[in-house]
Amino acid sequence: MTSFGRHFRYVMSENPVTAVALGMVGLLTFAAVFGTVLAPYDPIATDTARALQPPSGSHWFGTDNLGRDVFSRVLAATRLDLGIAVAAVALSLVIGSVLGVLSGSFGGWLDRIVGRIMDTIMAFPLFVLAMGIVAALGNTIENVVYATALINLPFYTRVARAEAAVRRNAGYVEAARLAGNSEARLVAVHIFPMILPPLMVQISLNLGWAILNAAGLSFIGLGVRPPSPEWGIMVAEGASFIISGQWWLALMPGAVLMFAVLAFNLLGDGMRDLVDPRQRT
Amino acid sequence: MAVRTRTGLVLARMLQALPTIAGVIVVTFVMTRMLPGDPAVYFAGPMATPESIAEIRHQLGLDRSLFEQFWVYLGDLARGDLGMSLVAGGPVTEEIMRRLPASMELTMFGLAFALGVALPLGVLAATRPNSWVDHLCRLIVTLGVSLPTFFTGLLLIYVFYYLAGIAPAPVGRLDFITPPPPHLTGFYTFDALIAGQFATFWGALTQLVLPAVSLGVFALAPIARMTRGAMLQVLSSDFIRAARAAGLKPRTVLVTYAFRNALLPVLTTVGIVFSFMLGANVLVEKVFAWPGLGSFALEALVASDYASIQGFVLTMTMMFVVLNLIIDILYTLVDRRLEVSG
Repeated sequence: MTSFGRHFRYVMSENPVTAVALGMVGLLTFAAVFGTVLAPYDPIATDTARALQPPSGSHWFGTDNLGRDVFSRVLAATRLDLGIAVAAVALSLVIGSVLGVLSGSFGGWLDRIVGRIMDTIMAFPLFVLAMGIVAALGNTIENVVYATALINLPFYTRVARAEAAVRRNAGYVEAARLAGNSEARLVAVHIFPMILPPLMVQISLNLGWAILNAAGLSFIGLGVRPPSPEWGIMVAEGASFIISGQWWLALMPGAVLMFAVLAFNLLGDGMRDLVDPRQRT
Repeated sequence: MAVRTRTGLVLARMLQALPTIAGVIVVTFVMTRMLPGDPAVYFAGPMATPESIAEIRHQLGLDRSLFEQFWVYLGDLARGDLGMSLVAGGPVTEEIMRRLPASMELTMFGLAFALGVALPLGVLAATRPNSWVDHLCRLIVTLGVSLPTFFTGLLLIYVFYYLAGIAPAPVGRLDFITPPPPHLTGFYTFDALIAGQFATFWGALTQLVLPAVSLGVFALAPIARMTRGAMLQVLSSDFIRAARAAGLKPRTVLVTYAFRNALLPVLTTVGIVFSFMLGANVLVEKVFAWPGLGSFALEALVASDYASIQGFVLTMTMMFVVLNLIIDILYTLVDRRLEVSG
């Protein structure tokens, strides 16, 4: 553990960007937890007397066409946006790692079936597949989570399968097998914990993409319904005001969305350096 | 070490695509059968009587077993029949064919922009590690994958249309007063050039620039990253050192020896990027009121027009499958090592 701590400190000082990314993610998490409490105005209270005001001291991000405070809405939306992405990624992590470890450790027909299913998912343009799933299952937030989880599933399954296949016949697993451990115990105790670090990297590389996908789906009107504040839907609602110059309606939530995706992508790169320095680019 | 012919390799690769296509067809079939509620009730409308619902159920074939329904679906697909579209008021296939060129033109220009920026950027960054080009490349790569396509599009509209006033209004493929060029390829820029209508060509091109750039910015990041990585790897290999030691011109070494070998992994990345681009198309088309497949899908989503959505998903996926097949075949033709090793 101490060597990991030393390595962690080394990576952080070597690459200050990772430390900054960690700070950005911390800020986002803080906003997700306390956003609704900290918001200076009620995010869904309309006040037509204050409609379409540009950013100012009292309204940092301006107000929208219904007089709602854009900053409060962006802040309140953090929980929903991160929530959808985290829920989706958690779902695909759990299902994907189990499927991947089983097919990597045992091979055979299970491996072939899982591999074929993952190939079929990957044959779709993933955002288009997500659109089709939400359209078919029904236009709700839960279905956006399921669709995002499904299109992320192949990435986790493949990482888990590859890592498990390498370790299946590793010396220490062979030793444990000779010591009389059952195959199930080998997989659960000796293989599964060892593939968690690469999966963690996959998570942080994936979270940004999951946020982008979820926001994209709500930008085209799937999942979140107005007036709930959510970044994608806020950009969609503000889009028509761009050509008349009220840029803050769409660009402020869009910029925060970009900030969030950037934070997770940078953190993902840093995590990869931490776990597997060979893959550095 | 069996020596295999190129034709054999290409045929084998084409056969490998068959299970994928079968899987895609099964998934889209299942997708329509998962629909919330009873499609017959939905298609019959609010004034339906139980008899008319049963009639429609029979027409749609919903009273038969799933297996039989799948068989009918396969037959329809083979005849290119994707059903009737509610929003277009005609066959889905017809509407998709009408809108396909708009999306293809946009995607093509987007990809051309992405390649035009990413390849030189990646090569320059690899030849000058830790120079300003390298840092610029890293910055663009990191920012590019974090930019939501719709945000890029709106930002470009604000800067170039509202502030600078040099871009046309985001109203689709042409402004309202210019008639579209005579239909040949369906690509407005090409059709206008062929017909010699240079004003129309210019109009169509200026309408294309912003949406194509929004699409391309997202796509160029992975390509630049892969170009840089592949070039770095190739440049450090022995045969490059040998070529340099033999006194070949730096340009020959860089272009003929290094770049051509680095292109293989880049080609694979383009295939992956194309998946993102087909998805991002929908977002860009919404922002720029582009009358392509994405806008069609959005209209269909609003109207719960499932036949159209299914047709859209199937068309996009088939385009992706075919593109990946082409890339793999190119790969087989370019990489002669595949002929010897298994």
